[in-house]
Amino acid sequence: MHKVLVVVERVKGEPDETAFELLAAAQGMGDVDVSAVLMGEGISGMAEELTRWFENVHVYDHPSLAEPDGDYQARVLASLVEGERPFATLIPHTNTGMELAPMLAVRANAPLIADAISIEAEGQEIRAVRTMFSGKVQARVAASADNGAIVSLRPGAFTASATLPEAGGAVHSQNITDGIAPRRQYLETVSPDPSAVDISQAEVLVAVGRGIDDEENLELVHSLAEAMGAEVACTRPVVDKKWLEKTRQVGTSGVTVKPRVYLALGISGSFQHLGGIKGDPFIAAVNIDPAAPIFAVANVGIVGDILELIPLLEEKVRERRG
Amino acid sequence: MEIIVCVKRVPNLSETEIEVDRDGLSLVDSDLEYDVNEWDNFAIEAAVQLKEAQGARVTAITIGDEDSEDVLRRALAMGADDALHLMDSAFDGSDALGIATALHRAIADRSYDLVLTGAISSDEARGHVGGMLAAMLDIPMVALATDLSVDRTTATVRHEVEGGLERVTRVNLPALVTVQTGLNEPRYVSIRGIRKVSGMEIPVKTATDLGLDASTVGAGAARVKLEEMFLPPRGEGAEMLEGDEASVIEALVERLQREGGL
Repeated sequence: MHKVLVVVERVKGEPDETAFELLAAAQGMGDVDVSAVLMGEGISGMAEELTRWFENVHVYDHPSLAEPDGDYQARVLASLVEGERPFATLIPHTNTGMELAPMLAVRANAPLIADAISIEAEGQEIRAVRTMFSGKVQARVAASADNGAIVSLRPGAFTASATLPEAGGAVHSQNITDGIAPRRQYLETVSPDPSAVDISQAEVLVAVGRGIDDEENLELVHSLAEAMGAEVACTRPVVDKKWLEKTRQVGTSGVTVKPRVYLALGISGSFQHLGGIKGDPFIAAVNIDPAAPIFAVANVGIVGDILELIPLLEEKVRERRG
Repeated sequence: MEIIVCVKRVPNLSETEIEVDRDGLSLVDSDLEYDVNEWDNFAIEAAVQLKEAQGARVTAITIGDEDSEDVLRRALAMGADDALHLMDSAFDGSDALGIATALHRAIADRSYDLVLTGAISSDEARGHVGGMLAAMLDIPMVALATDLSVDRTTATVRHEVEGGLERVTRVNLPALVTVQTGLNEPRYVSIRGIRKVSGMEIPVKTATDLGLDASTVGAGAARVKLEEMFLPPRGEGAEMLEGDEASVIEALVERLQREGGL
């Protein structure tokens, strides 16, 4: 039986949903014994709760772990990984996970597979599929688990089991090894301006990406959105150029939206962007690149130049709406 | 202050048809255009802005073949003072650990206060070299910076966390920070700007020059083996609307209306 460790992140006092996705990924590897690792402060209740899902829950409950700090977590967990010698350690490929996973891999002298979207165990090998080149290519990679392997898994790529869990796991209190202390000082959390536009509740979104090409062209998008009675949303590159506010950015590092209809204009469809679209909306995509990943997830698609098509679309929409 | 920026030359695939080579391990690169990795471009700009604001010596480092010199010239044209080119066929096929191992050997014996890398590269898209390098250098790191200020002894970093939030974190120098896009507005690099730095000498170092055992880098040392690259399964995919402009727009509006989008 393979021992698998799952690193559980916390969001607003709850285990993050990636914990259950990673659990499902671990169970998909075959005959496994899955333990959770939980780090934070005042988390004994959460640890107890997690024993319904995990056979063992290793808890580091300490004030120094109150804020997520991948640099510190990696040094804390190195000794646990050394002691437990798991076949695999699964870490969510989140922002904190992107700090934790590589630093832990070096300290534990373990191979690290990044951002896996599927994973399987075959003997002493772990195989995973991951995406490269902006999602245009996938790759199958393999690593030996002889010394334990670390795999970071893409949030949302694995489906948590719907089966109701049973109680039965045990909580193991762990102590931070002497001499290990945080090297980062947390100062504050910056929240978005509460008076800013809220696209998370919008029913219809007209979203624009890199294909808009120039700030001036955004006028076309605003005008179309107005004609449709929709809100304007966008991808990261548009915000990076300061053409639209961060509060309009859809994605894992932006806003999560759940509209009825999503019109994607000049959006390639990176997983970071798609990760912010929930609730299975009707997606229509217009992009000049027929190989854009957005067409794999959209319901209808048009290959074409958005700068030409948006004005025509607006005209037609205004005609229909009278 | 000494700032080191790690940069990489990557293919620009935004509007390119991709084909996987028959070996299943690389892309057919006849039509590919290359550029500096987008994240790294923000990292260079951040370093040069720190230099301009408070004085610093900026060194750009890359690993790659002769063509990778382009991204170093570009960094010099943006305002980097020095460049270092790690070039050796022994590096070919390195995984993230191999790349970090070579960078570590190149950086460890230099004096440095701040190491900047792009948070991720658009080709391999692992986002792990920076963290591995920081662990090898045994210095603190912060990932996904969207703002960065530095004084003589500390770096204050605003960085992205989940849920559209950002945190502000302070670390003592030396430290490593991985840079997210949007941190600044990278300056334009003109052909004239590149020409101006064309005479600057860029030292080249091999694995041996770095004192690296060739068995610790490259394909042989890779602990994550690439078995096969393939185009993603298309699945159902979108229903593509085809025809002249008027008819595709008509069809699109029809569908949007039916789904409650108007």
